[in-house]
Amino acid sequence: MKQVEILVIGGGPAGLCASLAASSLGAKVLMCERDDVPGGQLVKQTHKFFGSEKQYAGDRGYQIGQMLVEKVAADPNIEVWTDTTVLGYYEDGVVTCEHEGAHVKIKPQRTVIATGAAEKFLSFPGNDLPGIYGAGAVQTLMNVSGVKPAERVLMVGAGNIGLIVSYQLKQAGVDTVAVIEALPRIGGYLVHASKIQRAGIPVRTGYTILEAYGNGKVEGAKIAKIDEKWQPIPGTEEDIKCDTICLAVGLSPLTELCWQAGCQVEFIKELSGHVPITDDFLETTVPGVYVAGDVSGIEEASSAMVEGRLAGLSAAASLGYGKDVAAEQQKAAMAELDELRAGPMGERIRMGLEKVAAKGGAK
Amino acid sequence: MALINDGIPTKEDLAKVMPSEERFAQGPVSIAECFQKIPCNPCVKACPRGAISMSTDINDTPTVDYDKCNGCGVCIAKCPGLAIFVVDKTYSEDFALVKFPFEYVPVPEKGQFACGLNRSGEEMGWFEVERVVSGGKKNKTYTISLKVPQELANEIRNIKVGGYK
Ligand SMILES: Cc1cc2nc3c(=O)[nH]c(=O)nc-3n(C[C@H](O)[C@H](O)[C@H](O)COP(=O)(O)OP(=O)(O)OC[C@H]3O[C@@H](n4cnc5c(N)ncnc54)[C@H](O)[C@@H]3O)c2cc1C
Ligand code: SF4
Ligand code: SF4
Repeated sequence: MKQVEILVIGGGPAGLCASLAASSLGAKVLMCERDDVPGGQLVKQTHKFFGSEKQYAGDRGYQIGQMLVEKVAADPNIEVWTDTTVLGYYEDGVVTCEHEGAHVKIKPQRTVIATGAAEKFLSFPGNDLPGIYGAGAVQTLMNVSGVKPAERVLMVGAGNIGLIVSYQLKQAGVDTVAVIEALPRIGGYLVHASKIQRAGIPVRTGYTILEAYGNGKVEGAKIAKIDEKWQPIPGTEEDIKCDTICLAVGLSPLTELCWQAGCQVEFIKELSGHVPITDDFLETTVPGVYVAGDVSGIEEASSAMVEGRLAGLSAAASLGYGKDVAAEQQKAAMAELDELRAGPMGERIRMGLEKVAAKGGAK
Repeated sequence: MALINDGIPTKEDLAKVMPSEERFAQGPVSIAECFQKIPCNPCVKACPRGAISMSTDINDTPTVDYDKCNGCGVCIAKCPGLAIFVVDKTYSEDFALVKFPFEYVPVPEKGQFACGLNRSGEEMGWFEVERVVSGGKKNKTYTISLKVPQELANEIRNIKVGGYK
């Protein structure tokens, strides 16, 4: 059994920052990442990020990821296990994982769960045809494997992911015939929508996909306008010729390990699914188990990094590290989160977090 | 249709961020076509003259002080939303320069003609590329200056990728 002070599960922006923060106070960290490289979603993000300078705004996602990964690699307090999937969290606080082909047991004193999120799917006739992908898969093909994934794409969903992946497709020389969105308004940042509109990609709100069709693979899709009751309006059907349909209809938190650990988990719509209830320091209802990033509610890499930092500081502080500085640094991280969430775009998150607090979490 | 429905700024949206004709007559000036309160502020830090500000916090929309701005264009490649443009109506009697960010390949070369696109992506004709500035190894965003007829100075905001002649 491997003994560690702090185990960080997941090597995305939240996990990387949790590891760095815990180590900065002097704690010893093991970070497990199921992929062969850490970085999480950042690895695929070729566009420049938002936020403020404190969250490296203006740098591209993968550059931010690289910078964090290098810092972690150079940190003598942090051990990184890649290709390591954490499988279970047991009642006695033992965590099991698959590491270098073996089933390994870990006994951490504190755990930070930063497993991120999984893509949602959409049901419609023909959605099992080859040529229908989640936006994340298309991004991986394009930006990680360097494969041109399609010729003509129909993008479903005008949140940031749908808008950004359409832009990245265009950069890879792939045409997106349209971005359709069932809601009457664009959910992602309007600067992203404007950017793809002026590149000739129409964003069409109030439309849904009725079906995908094709002989053995996607050859096209039927779309239609919908009314306030989400019913297709007869006579508005359109035939869209495309070889790929890309679904960008949202993410849901990957909370399996939180459930297993016995954390109180509640469905909170504003945070995009079932999320663990936490206090202000990101500790769950199971003492010693912390969460950070998309696993505690779908948000942004900017907030995932700050949450990671907060969870890492809190976990290390609870072990007695950083007595003089921890409280102040925790306060600074909380203030940064408040700043990021202060605007209208943060309203949904603020509402979600209020519900978390009401369900018994935040002090 | 409004900006929130299709991502295309309306005349009313644009009126809020457009410098006056008097200001345009004085030389190049930047226009931040960023209308939504999002948590973002690299533009503020980017401007060496301190011409871009936000009144309360990073969720504010940026305001350009047209008197401080000299149209240098530094902010264009720094904005992650690719929402900042510089327009120079003093370029010549008939032509204005539009400077915009560009992140596609191939990148046009100075002297080539490229097909100009408006904010809806419609083709507006072929115009000469006056200048191409690389954002460098890290930033990677190019800034392109396109020579367009005066009356299209505030219409054209992009070029079609490829086919340059
Ligand atoms: C197309 C797209 C564009 C985006 N654009 C922006 C943007 O411009 N600005 C911004 O701020 N945010 C953006 N985001 C959001 C941002 O990427 C995420 O919010 C952020 O990555 C969340 O960080 P995380 O660390 O919580 O999760 P992730 O980045 O998802 O990382 C989780 C990690 O945990 C690992 N993992 C999961 N389960 C296990 C397990 N059992 N064992 C071991 N490892 C595990 C995963 O492999 C992964 O590496 C974008 C997202 C997408 C998809
Ligand atoms: S063009 Fe130059 S001076 Fe004007 S706002 Fe941008 S950086 Fe500042
Ligand atoms: S950097 Fe660009 S997207 Fe961000 S606030 Fe400034 S103008 Fe808007």
